[in-house]
Amino acid sequence: MIWQRKHILGMRDLEAEEINLILETAESFKEISTRTIKKVPTMRGKTVVNLFFEPSTRTRTSFEIAAKRLSADTINFTVSASSVSKGETLIDTARNIEAMNPDIIVTRHSAGGAPYLLSKYVNSSIINAGDGAHEHPSQALLDMLTVKEQKGKLKGLKLAIIGDISHSRVARSNIFGFTKMGVEVRVAGPATLIPVDIEKMGVGVFYRIEQAIEEADIIMMLRIQMERQKGQLFPTLREYSRFYSLDLKRLKLAKEDVTIMHPGPINRGIEISPEVADGPYSVILNQVTNGVAVRMALLYLLAGGGDLD
Amino acid sequence: MLIRKAALKFRLYGGKVIDPHNQLEGNFDILVENGKIARVTPTGSTPKAPPESGVENIDVSGKIVVPGLIDMHVHLREPGFEYKETIQTGSRAAAAGGFSSICCMPNTNPVNDSSSVTEYILNKAETGGWVNVFPIGAISKGLRGESLAEIGELKEAGVVAISDDGNPVMNSNLMRRALEYAKVFDLPVIPHCEDKDLSGEGLINEGFISTITGLPGIPAAAEAVMVARDIALAELTGWRLHIAHVSTAGAVRFIREAKARGVAVTAEATPHHFSLTEEAVKDYDTNTKVNPPLRSGKDLDAVKEGLNDGTIDVIASDHAPQSSVEKELEFESAENGIIGLETELSLSLKLVADGILSLSDVIAKLTINPARILRLPKGTLSEGADADISVIDLEQSWLVDPSKFNSKSRNTPFNHWELKGRAVMTIVGGKIVMRDGVIQE
Ligand SMILES: [Zn+2]
Repeated sequence: MIWQRKHILGMRDLEAEEINLILETAESFKEISTRTIKKVPTMRGKTVVNLFFEPSTRTRTSFEIAAKRLSADTINFTVSASSVSKGETLIDTARNIEAMNPDIIVTRHSAGGAPYLLSKYVNSSIINAGDGAHEHPSQALLDMLTVKEQKGKLKGLKLAIIGDISHSRVARSNIFGFTKMGVEVRVAGPATLIPVDIEKMGVGVFYRIEQAIEEADIIMMLRIQMERQKGQLFPTLREYSRFYSLDLKRLKLAKEDVTIMHPGPINRGIEISPEVADGPYSVILNQVTNGVAVRMALLYLLAGGGDLD
Repeated sequence: MLIRKAALKFRLYGGKVIDPHNQLEGNFDILVENGKIARVTPTGSTPKAPPESGVENIDVSGKIVVPGLIDMHVHLREPGFEYKETIQTGSRAAAAGGFSSICCMPNTNPVNDSSSVTEYILNKAETGGWVNVFPIGAISKGLRGESLAEIGELKEAGVVAISDDGNPVMNSNLMRRALEYAKVFDLPVIPHCEDKDLSGEGLINEGFISTITGLPGIPAAAEAVMVARDIALAELTGWRLHIAHVSTAGAVRFIREAKARGVAVTAEATPHHFSLTEEAVKDYDTNTKVNPPLRSGKDLDAVKEGLNDGTIDVIASDHAPQSSVEKELEFESAENGIIGLETELSLSLKLVADGILSLSDVIAKLTINPARILRLPKGTLSEGADADISVIDLEQSWLVDPSKFNSKSRNTPFNHWELKGRAVMTIVGGKIVMRDGVIQE
């Protein structure tokens, strides 16, 4: 297929064949990362702006490395949300940045939908690097690449996502992405953390971790945040941990070769027990390498493709 | 008001008159004299007035002639937010949309919780307004929901109802007292039904769209529980309640049930709540951000059913102008509100095309029904009544283009919609204020 999409705003919009193309492209970029000179001239003369309204060293660095390996010029803007009233900042900043004629703007914002707004005001391609509780498509794509490598396929696998689904952009993007690729996705958490009508996204809904992880090929544990709620969503971290943490005993319910993923940072001993976190199931380092490859693929495709050598 | 300057004599002839108040439907000529409806006679029964009589003959054949439309729920933003709308621009939008009377909500700055603000609004309307403007006063001081506004004095100054619209009266006892107290002054109470604890940080309807967008949801129950509470309080106090902007199936059900038991409750729905669902919000268009939010398809169907069976008495726009500064923002930071005066009639006529309401029912919900609720001597083509008349061309198709609106603001989700049926003349107190889409400066 030929890539035609201008923006990556969410996994919601992507078709299965587009996802396949991104993953295949990422696989070929992984090879570049193993070379001594980890750089190709594909995006020479192109400009990538990292426009972050929410601090995130990990994601920003990953995009930056990806852009540099493609020989693009990168400019980083980290805008503090408290500096000016939020709305003014976004449109004003967008207009200012547009004056530099960037080819691609990678953006993160605490407000869901902010990349949509941005895409209306600039001519550049927009990559959503996380917006509110909405989506984080590059995270989902790197998760998919990691799983594909681990299991050799996606179709037919069982994925369980455990925790605060309501407030998780990673969960949303992964649900959209994995279900499109034929993965059976289940979510579990207390009912207060599971958004309404989520079964319409094509997932199985469970309130017990034990049911969700049964025979699972992949378990994705989401970070639980006490500060989000005022005792109205669940009583205490202690009780949450008691019913929803992934420990060795529960892990036995999953497939023997289960892969455990966590978008990080982990609350050790809360959503995941230390034995499991440090056990042989975790693929966290792979996720970092794959993150760069997937982001290279996104930048490359949005910039119009071209010769890889 | 402009109407007082009117001294024209004219005769609308050849049109099809629909006057639900007089149960009149047929071809009639209407003679307007001294700002009043002088005579309504079957077409052809009276000869055309000769030129020397000074009576202008206005051919409205092929058009529908109805009592001047009334929108009982409008935000004119003046005083305090003149950059969004003024009494002049808002009433101009009303005239353009076929409305000869509008009622303005009190959430201005200062709030219309005192006679001086009411007088200010009435004075502005008189000197610069294009249509009749009837202010609605606050239930509570400053709309804070803590203590009663000076409701008696507001009534004397000219308010036609009380409402804290934009805010619910969360304190049930205050709501009870408001109903009791308003009874003394014969003012209907118009609640904005929303349980703030349930709506919380919510921005859009809680449902599939809030789930996929990650935007916090407002459950339908936030409206329904307050509607149920207010109905119980209307029963307790024996006073008249008019529920603003009904958006949920639950609310419709409670109102229907209360009406069946004879409770003095009436209700309104907005064109956006019977034309759009939460689907419209999925790409974060802030022009779809409104409170109550656009709801599910089931809710929309229930609202239409409520309009159909009379549970919902009135169509009102909840015209809520917002400037681009407040809308060209991240969804969570944008203000709520949709402007409606210039698309309301056409969207309402769509209900006729869709078989939900008869044309006469639509007109009733835009004329005599709100007039009765507010006890306005309007919404009728009776001889002797104020000559407030709207003429509608049911066949005219048009494309919504916000840049052509008379309102100061542009916040509509109906941009580029092709609509059919439009007001071609608005007459206020015998003065033609809009003719063929043109405001008569
Ligand atoms: Zn309201």
